[in-house]
Amino acid sequence: MSHQESSVISEKVTRVDGPSKVRGEARYAGDQKVDGQMHAVPVLATIPAGELESIDAKQALALADGIVVLTARDMPRLHPDLDNITVPPLATRHIPMQDNLILYEGQVVALVLAPSLALATEAAKLVKPIYRTHSYINPEHQVPQSADPARGNYSGSGPLDWTKGTPDAAYASAPHKVKSIYTQPSRHANAMEPSAIVAHWHDGQLTVWDSMQHISSVQITLAAVFGLSIEDVRVIAPHTGGGFGVKAFVWPHEILAAMASKVCGKAVKFVLTRQHMYNMVGYQPQMTQHMALACDEKGQLAAIRQDVENVTSLTDDYVEFGSAAARSFYACDNISISQRVKRGNINLPTFMRAPWDGPGSWALGSALDELAHEAGIDPLDMRIRNHADTEPQTGEPWSSKMLLECYEEGARRFGWRTRPEGGTRDGYWLRGFGMADCSQGQARFQSSAGLTLTAEGTAHVASSFCDMGTGPATIFRQVAAEALGLPLSAVTSDHGQTGLPAAGPTYGQSTTISTGNAVLMAAREIKAKLAAHLQWPVAETVMEDGCIRRNNERLSIKDAMKLMGMQEIASESTFALPGGAYVDMGAPGRPARSFGALFVEVLVDPDLGLVRLRRATGVYSAGRILNPLTARSQITGGIIWGWGMATMEGSHLDPERGRWISRDLAGVPIPVNADIPADLDISFVEEFDHEAGPLGARGIGELAATGVAAAVGNAIFDATGARLHDLPITPDKILGALRLV
Amino acid sequence: MHNFVYERANSADNAMDLGHRDGAAILAGGTELLNWMRIGIESPDLLVDIRDLGHLDRIEEIEGGLRIGALCRLNDVACHPAIKRDFPVLSSAILQSASAQLRNLATIGGNPLQRVRCPYFREETVNACNKRHAGSGCAAYEGHNERMAIFGWTPECVAVQPSDPAVAFAALDAVVIVQSTDGTRRIPMREFHVLPDEDPSAHSVLGRGELITGIEISTPAPHSAYLKVRERQSYEYALVSAAVTLDLDGETIRNARIALGSVAMRPWRLLATEDLLVGKRLGSKDIAEAVDAGFAEARALSGNAYKITLARNAALRAIELASEN
Ligand SMILES: Cc1cc2nc3c(=O)[nH]c(=O)nc-3n(C[C@H](O)[C@H](O)[C@H](O)COP(=O)(O)OP(=O)(O)OC[C@H]3O[C@@H](n4cnc5c(N)ncnc54)[C@H](O)[C@@H]3O)c2cc1C
Repeated sequence: MSHQESSVISEKVTRVDGPSKVRGEARYAGDQKVDGQMHAVPVLATIPAGELESIDAKQALALADGIVVLTARDMPRLHPDLDNITVPPLATRHIPMQDNLILYEGQVVALVLAPSLALATEAAKLVKPIYRTHSYINPEHQVPQSADPARGNYSGSGPLDWTKGTPDAAYASAPHKVKSIYTQPSRHANAMEPSAIVAHWHDGQLTVWDSMQHISSVQITLAAVFGLSIEDVRVIAPHTGGGFGVKAFVWPHEILAAMASKVCGKAVKFVLTRQHMYNMVGYQPQMTQHMALACDEKGQLAAIRQDVENVTSLTDDYVEFGSAAARSFYACDNISISQRVKRGNINLPTFMRAPWDGPGSWALGSALDELAHEAGIDPLDMRIRNHADTEPQTGEPWSSKMLLECYEEGARRFGWRTRPEGGTRDGYWLRGFGMADCSQGQARFQSSAGLTLTAEGTAHVASSFCDMGTGPATIFRQVAAEALGLPLSAVTSDHGQTGLPAAGPTYGQSTTISTGNAVLMAAREIKAKLAAHLQWPVAETVMEDGCIRRNNERLSIKDAMKLMGMQEIASESTFALPGGAYVDMGAPGRPARSFGALFVEVLVDPDLGLVRLRRATGVYSAGRILNPLTARSQITGGIIWGWGMATMEGSHLDPERGRWISRDLAGVPIPVNADIPADLDISFVEEFDHEAGPLGARGIGELAATGVAAAVGNAIFDATGARLHDLPITPDKILGALRLV
Repeated sequence: MHNFVYERANSADNAMDLGHRDGAAILAGGTELLNWMRIGIESPDLLVDIRDLGHLDRIEEIEGGLRIGALCRLNDVACHPAIKRDFPVLSSAILQSASAQLRNLATIGGNPLQRVRCPYFREETVNACNKRHAGSGCAAYEGHNERMAIFGWTPECVAVQPSDPAVAFAALDAVVIVQSTDGTRRIPMREFHVLPDEDPSAHSVLGRGELITGIEISTPAPHSAYLKVRERQSYEYALVSAAVTLDLDGETIRNARIALGSVAMRPWRLLATEDLLVGKRLGSKDIAEAVDAGFAEARALSGNAYKITLARNAALRAIELASEN
């Protein structure tokens, strides 16, 4: 199959799940009802550090019949099998309600079960925990530490220290240099659908309807919690209403719901509230990034240092590898990075869109802009000069990279070379222009998919992937339809449950390329089987318009199957990674990354400290684009996400109570339609990435959220001459930087 | 959840009667009250729905002005031709409030009764908030206070009243008409909310069983404007806001009224500024000096010094905008 002949692929197909969602028919985990189910409402610690001395549940139990108050004493102990599950996919080794220790505010200390949500909610308010408080460790004030590999595997997914060349010496002797510290607050994902699970034990088996990003993780982890065999755990997730990373791993509420069901003998529904989403699942941690960059007279980078710190819990070391940016973005002989953590009494952070490169691109993309100004070089020329033709860490060739084309096309569309001078007035506003690199490492996960072609000329895709509303269920049908020469309407699919061929997770912008490649391989296998039956050489066999053809010989699928005496042909394929790996970042020797260039014009009101997005042009190198509509949606969503990070979002801990303040959407600004220009200018360069997989595609979901904050900060600098180093860039900071305060 | 009785009042007298009972709460649009019940700020035993008091949902001309019935929906007030024409400051303040959906439900009488947006006040489990539990203290005073008051606060409460319309009303010298079984009270909007030095646990001067029937505005203010400063462009409370009405004689200010929003527990009139502005020319340096004088009493908390600058600049800008209207 050649990509030039694309038909169904590359079409603007609307999402197959769209109509059911618009009509309200789509059933999410929390919509599930099981006869006799109990509703769970947690009682949460109101102190950040201490011990639970006792729990008085008398009043709660007296409220009505049928109320159950579970405490640590009632819960089953974790089965030793869980020790074999790494962290991740188990989100945290610390499972509440196993002992009396309280390590963060909002930790579950008891679980109230009742036949109705209203009753459970009311009863939970009447449960009175008695605490002994310990002194609170505010993570933001701690001295950075080396991560400890014994505290989970997060720290093992990248180098904690790495040096190439002699960055300090190169920095010292370079003519142009900048040193600055970039900071950003913790941020919560605020996905539209909160996490939710219905857990049901029956006959020694466990079934869960769960809101998640990876079926297999939930299955193996819950099996281990109870020492079950994997087949005894059934996991169902037809829809996930957004996850952004916080549903990627298995969090304690999923385990607690399953335990509660086991204890009470009924199905248990546990739907987190918006407030619970702040404490009971992860978030992107507060970060400090120390940057030092130097270049020669022509702007050639002489040294890059990126030393990154992030907060984490007392129980697990989550490391937010912002330093991936220094290791990957620009050509430079002298690079050094480090990653440190600051532990304290808070819940554990996690991967959130866009992990690593999102924060990393903010610090590096801003620092590079500082250096360009220091050296008197246009920020775009600075990037062209330092283009990494090969992967900077290893020197290996990229799987494919067309960033230079993105720069050129982006600059042309935006009018970068002819832009007005920064600070030009437009009424009360100052105009500013900025740009930055977008870049995100490409994860690939081993993934399997099944495909069945029937004698009626229909096909069915089966794979356990989760669709979070981003479009995989649509795209995989497109892939199958095109490869089998069928109209899209002839392809159906099943996903989101165990018992189907196991797909990789829906995170790390990996779904399309991992499971998509498996679907394509399964389709090719079907074609090969058909060709073999017909005794046609596969290379000469074409499937198109519901027919199979070799030169002038042409049979409808129906006739071909009849000829072969078959009702259906089934195949199952696995997109296996070299060396049997479960995950990699591109084929060995061909690291994969998605790239792009984002140009923005912002308006800054210097009297009121306001900043507004006037326009944005983004051009991306992400391999082959399978569906321009869903691709565009991912990119606009990413830019909006980045605008929120740049200008308004932040979750703050009360300095004394260790408590997230403002835990509802009325008190937490995230962008609204009015903030975003209607015509974001988004395009992709033509590309087919043979190295990343047979589909030719790479990921875009995280990519779009990278570089935005840097482009915005750079544009604010262009408008005002003030460099903002602390996100979000809010009016107080703009006024402060302009020395008005 | 806490059980309650729901009743629909069939007359103002009936509403006042029912509203006087222990644990009763008046229900208008419900956009605030229901949130309070969910969070645990209020748990009324009796909800008195006043939607059927038809005479309260009109805008009527009265001697030298307008009377806006308490049950008028925010959007209906903002889009009323006489209000758009004669009181642009009010129309604009309303249209920048909440969201289109909320404005279709929320009433103008319920609006000034909305409570503070302080995150410590809105928490489900409260440690220290005098407005939640009198005498428990004020966590915001030493906590995250970036969005809190710069005028009239005490260590007992640093929250700000978040209503936008109330700020416009304060600049218009509007009067809140309140009825109870004892008769009718006329309360200037400027005095409707209670500052913490008087009572840190109080929100407004409205007493139990009192019913707001309407809000009166008099002298038309065609040269008026409302400026709302916020990080995002819609559906967010103000960091600061400024309502200005000008009476102009050519380029000279005959009379000015300025109220600031989200800077204190009530819309904050810059009276000193207003005095100094009389007789000053638009665009002259005197204007900024006059505005600065109004900030003599401003006091920053640990994290909100920027709000003094911001509010000052917002007032100046709003004067410009009002003169262009
Ligand atoms: C998400 C959100 C965002 C918002 N943003 C803004 C904003 O930007 N700017 C802004 O100004 N407002 C904003 N609001 C507040 C909104 O405008 C108010 O909630 C609304 O005006 C209240 O009117 P209501 O009729 O719904 O009051 P209700 O909720 O019915 O009542 C509120 C209170 O007033 C009392 N009450 C109501 N009517 C009377 C009466 N006639 N007599 C005596 N007592 C009465 C009730 O007993 C209750 O105590 C926002 C609200 C929400 C939920």
